[in-house]
Amino acid sequence: MPAGFTAADFYYLLPELLLTGGALLVLVVDLLFPRREEATLGMTLLTLAVTGAAVVGFTGVDTTISAGLLAVDGFATFFKVIVIVSALLTVLMSPSYLRVEAVRAGEYYFLILCATLGMLFMASGIDLITLFIGLETMAISFYILAGYLKPNQRSNEASVKYFLLGAFSLGILLYGMSLFYGATGTTSLGGMAEALAGGERSLMLSLALVLLVAGMGFKIAAVPFHMWAPDVYEGAPTPVTAYLSVGSKAASFAMILRIFIEGLPSLVADWQLLFWVLAAVTMTVGNIAAITQSNIKRMLAYSSIAHAGYILIGVVAATERGVAAALVYLWVYVFMQLGAFAVVAMLRRQDVIGDELKDLSGLYLRKPFAAVAMLIFMLSLGGIPPTAGFMGKLWLFGAAIESGFVWLAVIFVVNSVISLYYYYRVIVFMWLKDETAGSDIVISPAMATALVIAVVGSLLFGVYPQVLFDHAQIAADMFGSAVSTAALR
Amino acid sequence: MAEAIVFWTLAVLILGLGIAVISARSAVHSVLFLVVNFLLVAVLYVTLNAEFVAVIQVLVYAGGIVVLYLFVVMLVNLKKAPERYADPRRVPWTGTLLAGAVLAEVIAIGVYSTVSSDGAAATGGGLGADTPFSDCGSLVSCNTEQLGWVLYTSYLIPFELASMLLLVAMIGAIVLAKRHL
Repeated sequence: MPAGFTAADFYYLLPELLLTGGALLVLVVDLLFPRREEATLGMTLLTLAVTGAAVVGFTGVDTTISAGLLAVDGFATFFKVIVIVSALLTVLMSPSYLRVEAVRAGEYYFLILCATLGMLFMASGIDLITLFIGLETMAISFYILAGYLKPNQRSNEASVKYFLLGAFSLGILLYGMSLFYGATGTTSLGGMAEALAGGERSLMLSLALVLLVAGMGFKIAAVPFHMWAPDVYEGAPTPVTAYLSVGSKAASFAMILRIFIEGLPSLVADWQLLFWVLAAVTMTVGNIAAITQSNIKRMLAYSSIAHAGYILIGVVAATERGVAAALVYLWVYVFMQLGAFAVVAMLRRQDVIGDELKDLSGLYLRKPFAAVAMLIFMLSLGGIPPTAGFMGKLWLFGAAIESGFVWLAVIFVVNSVISLYYYYRVIVFMWLKDETAGSDIVISPAMATALVIAVVGSLLFGVYPQVLFDHAQIAADMFGSAVSTAALR
Repeated sequence: MAEAIVFWTLAVLILGLGIAVISARSAVHSVLFLVVNFLLVAVLYVTLNAEFVAVIQVLVYAGGIVVLYLFVVMLVNLKKAPERYADPRRVPWTGTLLAGAVLAEVIAIGVYSTVSSDGAAATGGGLGADTPFSDCGSLVSCNTEQLGWVLYTSYLIPFELASMLLLVAMIGAIVLAKRHL
């Protein structure tokens, strides 16, 4: 046992350790059974299931481990569940897509699991160093995954664009972090909050704050740091796009909430203003740009930019209610967004790329189940009442009003109405347009499972949201207690 | 005083070389400027009493990484600079406008915060205060020992995570570079 460590440190790290071990085993299984892709798939699903079980096992725990670098609290657990569920859905929608694209699956699943590992650390890190290495692990995995379709030029373009811009933004983020380290002499969020508690501001802190906001803004694709998103989302393999737009976004929001609300509460007036502007611009630009898209993946990219803007409202509110609303929204977003991407991945056949709006034509006649599922995802993304998306929006709206951001709430509602236009357009194509050519659409069992889970999620939390509300509230309540205990060390 | 002179001289030189790296016409010149830049950063580390980091900087960056850069430059054979990127869809003024807006925001916040506060507050502390090496004799060995101690105790978990990161990078490089897997 290394000095300063106890058995408890490793006990609470169980999910991360299981995931790491499982990821390495996936590589071994892939090597032992090179022609049996089900073996690799099975190992990946098993790893995620076991990790998920370990995470859920720590419900209600509230402690810090590893000398105050990591927190195991309700907030971390909530985000870990989000990340693992999205990884699970992503893996389920992958096998048929990979088969059509004729790429090897082994390293693909390994990289998905490694990205998940990075996200787990982003969810539980309460120290800039842990958070940064977690972010970097996730980002590097995604750079490679985005370019996984090597003969495909658009995939190459996506990978290079994401890598270059990602490296720049990471540099900006690091610069901001190092300035905060210089100003406070610590990388621990709790320590930073304590050191800055005097309330005095300086040019250095303002600069550090702007850099930090810019760096994180890139990760959640907030306008004006969103330029990479449409191209990368369009070029990357569809399941990777799905995971990028949900998992990576959720983990980055976990990091934003931790850093700003726990680490920099004394600068709240400054970053609240920055995020206010960012939220308003992000949702407006995202929605207006989405209207003109004819490619579904690009449309969903802009829609996901808009959704990042919505979730930022929870950050702006900076109250427990705001945090809870962001958590609720991220949770329902998992099902509707991944579900929509699963349908797009399903449309990929040998002779059809399937990412244009017209490829959806007549889907209702060809595959009624898929069309109805897509209908539910679109209604949920648009925030229509019986679906989970409505509940998410309701909470964000409430949080904004409660914290007195009435104008932001107004912009939010106007944007939700604008977004209905392009979500309905998808429905129109599926029901009212004529059938197009192309080979038969096949729904593999794994894909069907993913679709069913996504549909159930999108409906269940709209009809019976109380469970979700309770869990989000508990997570938000525990939020911050870990840092204050870490600061006392 | 002497420290300040050394720091500012180094800072100006490092920034100047950094600009030289990105503005040099020939790629080889760029790389050579980069070597000098790395070496000066190493000197900066020495003035900060971080001898171990300085040595690693020289070995890894000035030594290893730059050699790799030279390999790339040699393989890609950049005789002349690539043609300017001209995308017909590109609207240069949006970028300028955004950059201007962000700059204005920074300045506004800066002015606002200097007006509303008396001055910068920076508190010390940090690591090292409670490590068992606060009073060791030889400075250089002490430095390395302290770093190793911190890396393998308090920062063990991020350190191990970094090894996963490197594994991902290695496997990724193979996946992307190999023609047929």
